[in-house]
Amino acid sequence: MAGTLLATSVSNPFTAYIFAANEPDKSKPWYGIGIDIEKCIGCGNCAKACKAENDVPKEPFFFRSWVEQYTIKNDGSLKVQSPNGGIDGQTQDIHEDEIFKTFFVPKMCNHCEKSPCVQVCPVGATFESPEGVVLVDEKYCIGCRYCIQACPYGCRYLHPEKKTADKCTLCYHRLKKGLNPACFEVCPTGARIYGDLHDKDGVMHKFLKEHNCHVLKPNLNTGSKLFYNGLNAEVR
Amino acid sequence: MDHLYEMLKQVDGYIYPNEIELHWSILIVLYPYITGLVAGAFILASLERVFKVEVLKPTYHLALLTALAFLMVAILPLVSHLGHPFRAYEIMTTPQPKSAMAIFGFIYLWYLMVVLLLEIWFDYRRDLVLWSQEKKGFLSRLYKILTLGVSDVSHKTVAWDEKLGYFITVVGIPSAFLLHGYVGFIFGSIKANPWWSTVLMPVIFLFSAMVSGIALVMFLYMAVSWFRKVKIDMPCLDEVGKYLFYVLVLDFTLESLDQVHRIYEAGESFEILHLLVTGKLTYTLFLFQGLLGTIVPIITLGIFRIKKPNEKIRKPLYLMSSLLVLMGIFFMRWNVVIGGQLFSKSFLGFTSFKIGLIGMEGYLMALVWIILPFFILSFFLWLLPPWKKHAEENV
Repeated sequence: MAGTLLATSVSNPFTAYIFAANEPDKSKPWYGIGIDIEKCIGCGNCAKACKAENDVPKEPFFFRSWVEQYTIKNDGSLKVQSPNGGIDGQTQDIHEDEIFKTFFVPKMCNHCEKSPCVQVCPVGATFESPEGVVLVDEKYCIGCRYCIQACPYGCRYLHPEKKTADKCTLCYHRLKKGLNPACFEVCPTGARIYGDLHDKDGVMHKFLKEHNCHVLKPNLNTGSKLFYNGLNAEVR
Repeated sequence: MDHLYEMLKQVDGYIYPNEIELHWSILIVLYPYITGLVAGAFILASLERVFKVEVLKPTYHLALLTALAFLMVAILPLVSHLGHPFRAYEIMTTPQPKSAMAIFGFIYLWYLMVVLLLEIWFDYRRDLVLWSQEKKGFLSRLYKILTLGVSDVSHKTVAWDEKLGYFITVVGIPSAFLLHGYVGFIFGSIKANPWWSTVLMPVIFLFSAMVSGIALVMFLYMAVSWFRKVKIDMPCLDEVGKYLFYVLVLDFTLESLDQVHRIYEAGESFEILHLLVTGKLTYTLFLFQGLLGTIVPIITLGIFRIKKPNEKIRKPLYLMSSLLVLMGIFFMRWNVVIGGQLFSKSFLGFTSFKIGLIGMEGYLMALVWIILPFFILSFFLWLLPPWKKHAEENV
């Protein structure tokens, strides 16, 4: 305990160096994402739009965004599925009498403030934009796949043609034009929002204030900026 | 991509959709394996030089040349597995200093250029000069080039060679620890993966490296003696066996401590890791790494500590122990690298692993990387034969 405290106190001034954390640029937006699990109907439009917008390979092994279906049975057992990333919608093959609870969880890059993927990239090809969006420079990536190993959320893959790491960019190309990311645009229930975490009057502050939000795997201290409302303890 | 569809059918439970394919395959198993052999062989050589364990002298130069031969190959599987191997130089030219992997190029070069090459050069310089005078034609010119123009073989200069070589060996020991401890850190620092993320990982890698390097030198010493049709120096072999036993016991203790700690702590990843070791890793962990690669050699070498049977029995048992240990440590790397990717980071399921015969990440290519260092070593032993060197020391 004492050792941990000592190490923390010593390393604190260097936190930004040891982790991948950069001080947010206050003059620029600092994006966070909110997903309301209670609103998600599992239609898979988000995952489909993501593939179309970003030329993600169509095969069912490469996803920047996908939807998981969680089913907790009355006996406490858990079943999770995401056939083809939920793009084709989801079906329930457990009889409703046996179901205690079922819900959908959309997944995407958490755009962590202390991104493990940014930290481990040996050449700096994975980096954080001034807006807090984690990006990959495909002209620079050497394809070592260390970032894929380091991402706790399984959000990265090696692009089969480019042979570089690929992941959600929060549709950075659209953001720069003032457009919404594709997955947010097509969500029929408005389960997804994003906004500037610096803006005290913005949608993200409102979302975080009005909901009981959690991040995935908080024990890993990645500084996730993807906040879920209604996140069950079973979700990883 | 057909193999991925095949693997999709074999998914057990739930895995994140991007986790079907294992991203680090057989080549990344070979990388820590070969690097470990280098570090271990060097540490054995250092024992003789720094700690003056004279009885190990017959293995000293063999161990150094083995370390060099394997180090020259160590980087190749790593580079060839990259999506863009021709961009590998970026690790050196624009390293990202927060990355554990970014330091690899520098540690590798330090070890190759400063430690191994320099130490071997100082060790052989006098012989290179003498050989360049004795031999004719191409060989003479080659030896002359290798002297780098320093042809003074006076007692004073040779004494300086000895002093500088000693100094480099002293620097080399922490460098060898750094080289392989660092490889362990690459895995141990990945907090996303509970199979890898343990503070013990660098230490376990280091001790397993020593185990595998000592076993390799033991095997090579016996093989080279057999090829040369010379008698094996049994006190030397017994001493190597003694060190192998001690380090093997330490390595086994550390790995057991890691497992006991995981079991007793029983964190959130316990269930999936329990399923992993009792399922997909049963044979590679318990049979190949544990029983054959560790327990059998420990018992064999341990018995020799208490009672030494005669030479005819000891020799084949030493040979068997060294080969079993080399196999065991290979599977230790396998269990770490492959095992760590078989379960999902959702902790809810498993993917499977298939390896093809051909292709960059196939069995044949892996075989090439593991055989290549032996060819390089054969060349070194032909060019810089330690046994001829010994004879000339008395000239």
